[in-house]
Amino acid sequence: MNAMNFLQAAFAGRRLATLGFLWLVMIAVAAIAAPLIAPFDPLEIDPVGRLAKPGWPNLFGTDHFGRDTFSRAVYGARMTVIIGTGSVVVALLAGGLIGMVSAYFTKLGHFLMRGVDVLMAFPALLMALVLITLLERSVFNTILVIGIVYATTTARILFGMTLKLKGEVFVDAAVCSGVGNLSILFRHILPNLVSPLLVQASFIFAFAQLQAAALDFLGLGLPPEVPSWGNMLSEERIYVTRAPWLLIYPGILIVLSVFSMNLVGDALRDSIDPRFKDDISGV
Amino acid sequence: MLAYTAKRLLTLIPTLLAASILVFLFVHLIPGDPAAILLGDTATPEEVAQLSSEMGFDHPLYIQYFIWLSNVLKGDLGTSIFFGEPVLSVIGSGAETSILLASMTMIWIILIGLPIGILSATKHGTWIDQMTSSGAMLAASIPTFWLGLYLIMIFSVTLGWFPSSGFPSLSDHGGITNLRYLLLPSLTLAAPNTALIIRLVRASMLDVSREDHVRTARAKGLHPTRVAIKHIFRNALIAVAAAFGFTFAALISEAVVTETVFSLPGIGRLVVQSILRRDYPVIQGVILVIVVLYMVINLAVDLAYARLDPRVSLK
Repeated sequence: MNAMNFLQAAFAGRRLATLGFLWLVMIAVAAIAAPLIAPFDPLEIDPVGRLAKPGWPNLFGTDHFGRDTFSRAVYGARMTVIIGTGSVVVALLAGGLIGMVSAYFTKLGHFLMRGVDVLMAFPALLMALVLITLLERSVFNTILVIGIVYATTTARILFGMTLKLKGEVFVDAAVCSGVGNLSILFRHILPNLVSPLLVQASFIFAFAQLQAAALDFLGLGLPPEVPSWGNMLSEERIYVTRAPWLLIYPGILIVLSVFSMNLVGDALRDSIDPRFKDDISGV
Repeated sequence: MLAYTAKRLLTLIPTLLAASILVFLFVHLIPGDPAAILLGDTATPEEVAQLSSEMGFDHPLYIQYFIWLSNVLKGDLGTSIFFGEPVLSVIGSGAETSILLASMTMIWIILIGLPIGILSATKHGTWIDQMTSSGAMLAASIPTFWLGLYLIMIFSVTLGWFPSSGFPSLSDHGGITNLRYLLLPSLTLAAPNTALIIRLVRASMLDVSREDHVRTARAKGLHPTRVAIKHIFRNALIAVAAAFGFTFAALISEAVVTETVFSLPGIGRLVVQSILRRDYPVIQGVILVIVVLYMVINLAVDLAYARLDPRVSLK
């Protein structure tokens, strides 16, 4: 089944998930074309026009520095994509590799998976907080921290799935025909894991947004000047009574994006290989 | 069951030790002299030298670990830089808020999550199921601090029904009525977790409903509600009960954000403030306490699970 058919099957008859997918496409477009869409510089300060109500030319109003909220929201889409994609890459690379290798090379795997168990004894947000204490606030470190947190669950899921595939006849056949271990792992087993990995990626993307927003809110995420939706909420929260719109727009953007990603993940999960369905749990 | 309990206890010990090594190493991963880090910026060189010899910082790392571990086992988690008090008593002062908040949250999760989950499963495939499932997913997609801020806006600032921040102890003036301070925070914290429970109740009930004993019950002509409650829900409850345990353990640390929004004097807010104040002994102590608590609760849940469902311990 190729990728296009897979997507078609996943979204057939699911109007809400399709809407979610379209919303995510819009976010991606906004992220790529942010300088073209945003009418103002998201960092430009205008003390005279501060806390302006939504209207023209500031569609979403301005914040307490007089920065255009709409432009910051558009650039925030860029941070959403960067944080989400980055966390997914870190989690899948680190966690996926550990899980697959552990399932295939059992002796090494026993040792590695015990390590994963120990890390999983740390609740997710607590682990993120501990790691961020050791690092500086930056975009890269936020990605790294969230990626590591979800690498542990990814490792465990991939461990289980690789173990299932390892017992299949096609792996025996590859062993008998003298294919090397690494080649079996990455050329025979990995292609079967692509669609469950895609599902896992969509859930990590969704969780990463909430974690990043929570870290921003606690003052431990992205540097304060970076226009992310979490930072916009965190910085403007004291103006909630004077300028409620400052919190409405970024909040709704986060909710819609996380909800969409969860819907997409759910739709994809229902159409993957039934062998793996129970392994991945999203929301 | 006894063999299973013994096995689980034995596997807990190495995991606990490994976790304690990570928590111990935490202070050593921060660049700089660990004694100076633990004492803060105001410490004199003499004080640094004294703590250094007390904690054995001039010895190899593994000896330092054993000194630290024996202190921890004696209940000595060090002294807070900010408060100047033993870390354990600093953590203890946040325990009441954290435990009450987690308990109240659990009550919401059970009261709201169970009935909606059962409804969703019994109406499987209908518009009611679609509405509740999507609604649960939407609830899980809301950042808790955003929800909290709006609850404060509506119920504290505009309507004035509930206090917006803080929590006086139950032993203070007001007694049990002080719980009203925790109403909005517990609802905030309950929102995403209730959503998870709704989806879990639904999924486990659908799993059980495919089993043979349910088909038999239906074939006997039992009333559908009776089948749903006595034959499906009771069996599905095993997995759900386990999830309640895990959720409770996770709530203690998940409360970090909620406690910050509502300025509650709990353990979660203590972690954030200690990170911002660079109060490393407290950070280290809280992590250790939460991790141990998390592991012990998880073990208790696993054992309870095995007791409820004997098939687990036979695997």
